[in-house]
Amino acid sequence: MKSLVTWTVSIGIPLLVSIGVNAAPPTELPPQVALINQRIEEGWKDYRVSPSPEIDDAQWCRRVYLDILGRIPSIEELEAFVRDREPNRRAKLVDKLLRDPAYTEEYARFWGTVWTNILIGRSGGNDRNDFTNREGMQKYLRDSFATNKSYNRMVYELVAAAGSSKPGTENFNGAVNFLANKVNQEDAVLAASSTSRIFLGLQVQCTQCHNHPFNSNWKQQTFWEFNSFFRQTRALRRFVSGTQDVDHVELIDEDFAGDAGDPDDAMIFYELRNGLTKSAYPVFMGKTAIDPRGRVSDVNRRQELAKLMLESEYLDKMIVNRMWAHFLGYGFTKPIDDLGPHNPPSHPQLMDELSVAFREHSYDLKELITWITLSRPYQLSAVMTSQNQADDPSVGETPKFAHFYLRQMQAEQLYQSLVVAGRTKVRGSYEQQEQQRRAWLQQFVIAFGTDEGDEATTFNGSIPQALMMFNGDLVKEAISDNPESLIGELVKSDAKVPDKFQRLYWAGLARRASRDEMALAGRLLVARGGNQKEALQDLWWAILNTNEFILQH
Amino acid sequence: MRHRILSSVPAGMTRRHFAKHLAGASAMVGTALSFGHSLRVHAEELKKSRKSAILLWMSGGPSTIDLWDLKPGAPTGGPFMPISTSGEVQICEHLPKMAQLMHHMAIVRSMSTREADHDRGRYYMHTGFVPNPNIEHPGYGSVIAHELFEQRPDLAIPPFVSVGGASTGPGFLGMAWAPFNVSSNGRVRNLEMGLEEQRLTQRMAALTLMETAFVKSTRGSAALDHQAVLKKTYDLMSSEQMAAFKVDQEPEDVKERYGTNGFGQGCLLARRLVEAGVPFVEVDLGGWDNHAGIHNILSTQRLPQMDQAMSALISDLEQRGLLADTAIIWMGEFGRTPRINADAGRDHYARAWSAVVGGAGIKGGIAVGKTSEDGTTVETEPYSSEDLMSSVCKALGISLETTFTSKNNRPMKIAGGGKVIHELFS
Repeated sequence: MKSLVTWTVSIGIPLLVSIGVNAAPPTELPPQVALINQRIEEGWKDYRVSPSPEIDDAQWCRRVYLDILGRIPSIEELEAFVRDREPNRRAKLVDKLLRDPAYTEEYARFWGTVWTNILIGRSGGNDRNDFTNREGMQKYLRDSFATNKSYNRMVYELVAAAGSSKPGTENFNGAVNFLANKVNQEDAVLAASSTSRIFLGLQVQCTQCHNHPFNSNWKQQTFWEFNSFFRQTRALRRFVSGTQDVDHVELIDEDFAGDAGDPDDAMIFYELRNGLTKSAYPVFMGKTAIDPRGRVSDVNRRQELAKLMLESEYLDKMIVNRMWAHFLGYGFTKPIDDLGPHNPPSHPQLMDELSVAFREHSYDLKELITWITLSRPYQLSAVMTSQNQADDPSVGETPKFAHFYLRQMQAEQLYQSLVVAGRTKVRGSYEQQEQQRRAWLQQFVIAFGTDEGDEATTFNGSIPQALMMFNGDLVKEAISDNPESLIGELVKSDAKVPDKFQRLYWAGLARRASRDEMALAGRLLVARGGNQKEALQDLWWAILNTNEFILQH
Repeated sequence: MRHRILSSVPAGMTRRHFAKHLAGASAMVGTALSFGHSLRVHAEELKKSRKSAILLWMSGGPSTIDLWDLKPGAPTGGPFMPISTSGEVQICEHLPKMAQLMHHMAIVRSMSTREADHDRGRYYMHTGFVPNPNIEHPGYGSVIAHELFEQRPDLAIPPFVSVGGASTGPGFLGMAWAPFNVSSNGRVRNLEMGLEEQRLTQRMAALTLMETAFVKSTRGSAALDHQAVLKKTYDLMSSEQMAAFKVDQEPEDVKERYGTNGFGQGCLLARRLVEAGVPFVEVDLGGWDNHAGIHNILSTQRLPQMDQAMSALISDLEQRGLLADTAIIWMGEFGRTPRINADAGRDHYARAWSAVVGGAGIKGGIAVGKTSEDGTTVETEPYSSEDLMSSVCKALGISLETTFTSKNNRPMKIAGGGKVIHELFS
């Protein structure tokens, strides 16, 4: 409760707020959990695989902290959970991570970061003169997740946003940063393709030039009709006074006369492969046409688009698929943001039913998270058995979710986990902490030299990442012996040396050391000539560098 | 057909180096450091004939109709004029330095591909395969490093270095064959631990023991990969060969000859790495995605920069006797539309474009294939990414019968089973 008190005091909200948390914890699992279990188990039967055994409480606790808050649990949080023997303890923990105000800030920051990366990539807003303001994007998302804004409202706000990109400026609306850098160039092609891919799971980049090679529903015409919705929109630069440096941009909708110069009939032109020119008006997914006029007073095209998107079943499917992949490691389709008849999902019925349920529950993301994290596939061990070894999507098999799929932590998860594991003192204001974090994350991003701002990460288990874990400042700090650090505390403590070693295993890996590992620790102590501090540091360094620490499993 | 067994760990530790590791670790663990590779000692002979490749990657899709296959007078031609070269070809007037070296290089003017999206084109041109969500193919660098590392028993630094760009991944070859990404200044982050070697070795030994237990419990390939990467990381931290990355130690006049910009210094770094025995280096030059105002950008920025660095690299390799064993590949994802758009730019175009190759025995001074008067179609036999890659493999002495086995046990022919462009070797 201590952290809860400090949190509430620090933002000046009376403690009464926390009463809701102490209300009766959920005793029965929501029906959607049974639905997931039923469909997944049917799949096991069809494919003749058997699930791995359930993972133990401590390991599951580590898993769910990583996926919901973006970091491993502290040793105290871990121990508190393992002490709880109530049968519904897992449901209680999920409820706590999602709804206890003590975790609101962390929850909002993690999901704000996840969605910043989805919407503007890891490099969006990093360059000088960039139209995108990364802080603005993050602030909007953080606030949205902190208040548990419904998903459909978020999508509407992002697609229809107007206002200024930078916090603290007049008309600030952080949501504009999703489109700020995507509307001015190349007739807003990037705005159209990103919006359809991210929110509807429709990959139509290639249809700007030709009909979709696999998805017969998407013609080149469909793309330009979709694109037409963005053509009233402009990002206007606002300079730092007296310079040519962009301070921020203002995303606005203005009257559009179309390529034929007639605002009452604002059509656009595009070119076919054979060089002929065709015209297009705003039509949603080849079906629903809106008012073809171009004056904003007659029709605001992006607002119309956002409304149509909220009615589309693709919206529901895409978010369910995205969230499922976040927690289970693979989505129902691969890639997750490519839906349509050409790319059938692994569990079509489950995807549809979850989509409907999510819509019926007012697009409440916390509900969806609860259903997935309490479902059976999420409780399974990552260790494969002879009965499910063939269930390996990394070699191209359709996922059956018969065991938990091992995966790399995201760079952001590793950063926060190292901070928690080493009890690294985080210094400075919130903004300064964010800047430190961003600078650290930037070392792994490589942008490609194209207009579309695509990028790659070297945080992929290759040598640069290993070098960072071997020698980087963050790890050095995590194994330092300053008084607040874990090593510092253990050095001072009167506990027996083997217990100190065990504590490191708990803190890093959420398990006790094996007999071999205890012997190894003993030998490290001998090798250091009995210097306990150095032996603890060496062991801690090795633990942080293992697969077992850096993978989500 | 020669089936390769995929080796998860490249060689590259000398006997002396290896012995030193063992001495440090024996204080506590004994066998933990036997990483399971055999030592190779037949060095000198291999060293003489060892091949390398340098890929100059023009990220964004260069307008090859303005560089290597000009159409003066055609409505699609643009403002640039062709000039004569030291070979039997003409190239753009804004590449005067390269013009003097074209007797080393061949222009393949009949490239014809189908991927005109950046991501897809980048993948296809790097791997010889079109993207497939169920399988990740290895790129040029991983394939060639994997095939040539046996010629380099002493190499302790990564066999595939990507300078200034991301390149593509190692696919089913595993993370041990991933590109080692550095920026063009050659700075490698987090290289120093600041501990005495013995303690580092003991930490490594402890780590290796712990990992082994985790890997043994069957959890898939991600865990195995990590082990191989750890070992390579450890090797490079303690290797004197890392000095090859210190491009800033070159004399000022050499740096200036390559151009004091990212691509210039990247090409200089590539030369140093090839000299040190690295089999594959990729250097990235971005900024070719010119949908607007293309000719001004080309003549004032891209072309002078590229001309200077590329010519300096080729001259230096030749002067050091390395060009005969080093293949140079110049290409991007695709070319650009012959038609000049309303913004005075050119858009993505894959149907007819050029790539340039040379060195390692490839016949120089020629143009292979021909495009139509306006540059929109290829009029001779069209060549693909697979064909180009096969030709590079042939030049490097890599058997085209080489077949990999992907993670789902599918046989994968090297270079996508392409055919050699025979004109390059006649």
